[in-house]
Amino acid sequence: MLTLEKLRIEQGDFRLTADWSVPEGSITAIVGPSGGGKSTLLSVIGGYFAATAGRIIWQAADIGALPPGRRPVSTLFQDNNLFPHLTVAQNVGLALRPDLRLTEEEKTQVEAALAEVGLAGFGARKPGTLSGGQASRAALARVLLQSRPIILLDEPFSALGPALRREMLGLVAEKLWGRTVLMVTHDPSDAREIAQRLVMIDSGVASVPVPIVEAFDQPSPALAGYLGQK
Amino acid sequence: MARGAQSLGRIRAPGLALALAIAGFLGAAVWAVAAKAAGRPGHLSAADWSALRFTILQAALSAALSVGLAIPVARALARRRFAGRGVLITLLGAPFILPVIVAVLGLIAVFGRSGLLNELLALAHLPQVSIYGLAGVVLGHLFLNLPLGIRLILQGWQAIPSERVRLAVELEGSRWRLLEWPMLQSVLPGALLAVFLICLTSFTVALTLGGGPKATTLELAIYQAVRFDFDLAKAAQLALLQLALGAAFSAVAYRSGAALGMGSGLDRRGISVAPTGRLPALADSLWIMLAAAFLLLPLVMVVADGIGGLADLPSGIGMAALRSVAVALAAAALSVALALALALGGGPLATLAGSLPLATSALVVGTGVFLMLHGLTNPTRAALPVTAALNALVGLPFVFRGISSAVEEIEANYGRLAASLGLFGRARLRLLILPRLRRPLGFAAGLAAAMSVGDLGVILLFSGGDQETLPLMMYRLMGAYRMDAAAGVALVLVMVSLALFWLFDRGGRTNADA
Repeated sequence: MLTLEKLRIEQGDFRLTADWSVPEGSITAIVGPSGGGKSTLLSVIGGYFAATAGRIIWQAADIGALPPGRRPVSTLFQDNNLFPHLTVAQNVGLALRPDLRLTEEEKTQVEAALAEVGLAGFGARKPGTLSGGQASRAALARVLLQSRPIILLDEPFSALGPALRREMLGLVAEKLWGRTVLMVTHDPSDAREIAQRLVMIDSGVASVPVPIVEAFDQPSPALAGYLGQK
Repeated sequence: MARGAQSLGRIRAPGLALALAIAGFLGAAVWAVAAKAAGRPGHLSAADWSALRFTILQAALSAALSVGLAIPVARALARRRFAGRGVLITLLGAPFILPVIVAVLGLIAVFGRSGLLNELLALAHLPQVSIYGLAGVVLGHLFLNLPLGIRLILQGWQAIPSERVRLAVELEGSRWRLLEWPMLQSVLPGALLAVFLICLTSFTVALTLGGGPKATTLELAIYQAVRFDFDLAKAAQLALLQLALGAAFSAVAYRSGAALGMGSGLDRRGISVAPTGRLPALADSLWIMLAAAFLLLPLVMVVADGIGGLADLPSGIGMAALRSVAVALAAAALSVALALALALGGGPLATLAGSLPLATSALVVGTGVFLMLHGLTNPTRAALPVTAALNALVGLPFVFRGISSAVEEIEANYGRLAASLGLFGRARLRLLILPRLRRPLGFAAGLAAAMSVGDLGVILLFSGGDQETLPLMMYRLMGAYRMDAAAGVALVLVMVSLALFWLFDRGGRTNADA
């Protein structure tokens, strides 16, 4: 279980609180107006921004004080998920060894991860030569190889067209099966597509996760307002 | 739990240590100066006051002229498109890598006693002009800083969004009142302050075109006290005065966040709605042609005279070139290493340490080092290493600025990804920072090397008879009125400076991935 316990985030005038849990292996969508703090919440869970108060608990351990690299968390950011000066294989290989001194066995693992996302044979290319979809797949291959149980998706596919984005979300649901996923999205249909739960961020509060069907069938006033339903 | 943004594994320790080391070194030099000055009772002489007044006067005039004349030129460049415009804007960056003594030689060839201008005046039976004294010093500074002024102001013009220009045109409002004057109000103070600060510590121009009781700057007076009067206490007193002056104006610049930089060479494509009508177009062309002629003619003369002077090159030219290159490479390496370490750590302390040398000057710190070495050894023995070290320090603010903004950009874009992958320490440097920093590092190293290879101040303060670098050789030849030989050395010096800059800059560009 991933628990945000009385978490409070403050930055200037900005405030956000969260006090809830999601079960292991579930996919939770986070929606809400821009500027509401969706990305900030993920930053705090990922360790890039410190909360003012509260705890982040994963399997009974407080992970809130760990640096990002030590947390059981992988993040796919909105952009810059690949280093443009390294090859695709090197980018993926960073998941295994940050100094990139890979053994033959580890190199095989990298190839396998690339094959798994449909990028077999792309290892020697630089990210600049990949299409948007291929770059997303390469980043996903790295996350696969990192083998961390919590995955944060900060709208990594938002620059892709609708069909490609749907395809990537399908791939995420398939390949990351069994991991605990929190995904920020602007598109409610994305949430419906792969998430089991929905968190609405509004007026400084990240609401308790609601089962996805219930969330859309009987939306809270905040969600109804966000979706434009009266 | 700590609150706010995390540091995400930046490499801080060496930068902090070096920031303290830089501050410590500058502090020690200033302390040596202050201690020596305190031992000399008595007030400033009339000559000292006159040097102080002349220093401020020439810097103020130079700044006002450089920036004032830059306004119409920058405006013309901003709103006209013509063949060669890009080349001209690129050439405006040249004074940064052009050795000052070479620029002076070019100016003498145009404005000097037997220069182009006076020959024309003689043909027309008009009175001759002199390039020496206040007018010469200001002319030299105008030549060196007009390009900076143009680039800084051009940046302001290009930053006016084209939508707003269109809006102003549609509203038939006054473009001057709505757009240009507000822009200038925000750009001019910084540009004025930048040029003023540069001219406050410019030594070579005052040395070659100034001098005498009426046209001596503080820095020139320091040099004369050290090398001619052997009055170190006097030199220290003057250095303290120069330091106070520099520090006061640097503090103003630092607090106002004035532009320290080289301005933009960006040839951004936007719409340029130039006013129609023949008169403005004519005026714009005239400004551009005048500026181009003023800036290019001396350079053309350097090349033309230089080719002629190659036959007269003195025998020591090879060794002098080697010494110059060695000093420049050492200065560039030191400057870039310091700037990189400071930039990696980032933060206000690093920024302060990276800009601190601006408040001092090569001559002031040089005097301090001279005093510190004086008791231990003959300072002239250490001429070359000291020159390299002080050049590195003087170049540091420029080098630091370029590298620091690039590091900040890398950290902003990739810091989180690096942190999530556990990319720290050496691996972070090898796999993230250095590969992405190649271009700014190459440019910065080239700039530092070119600035150092043209240095005349420090080497002159310390030099003995046998440690000639190219600028020193040039200066001595000019002093002996061997102008042909000096022109030949000038050409060699320019080639060396350009080659150093080009090699480093080129090295940074090759294989640099976007």
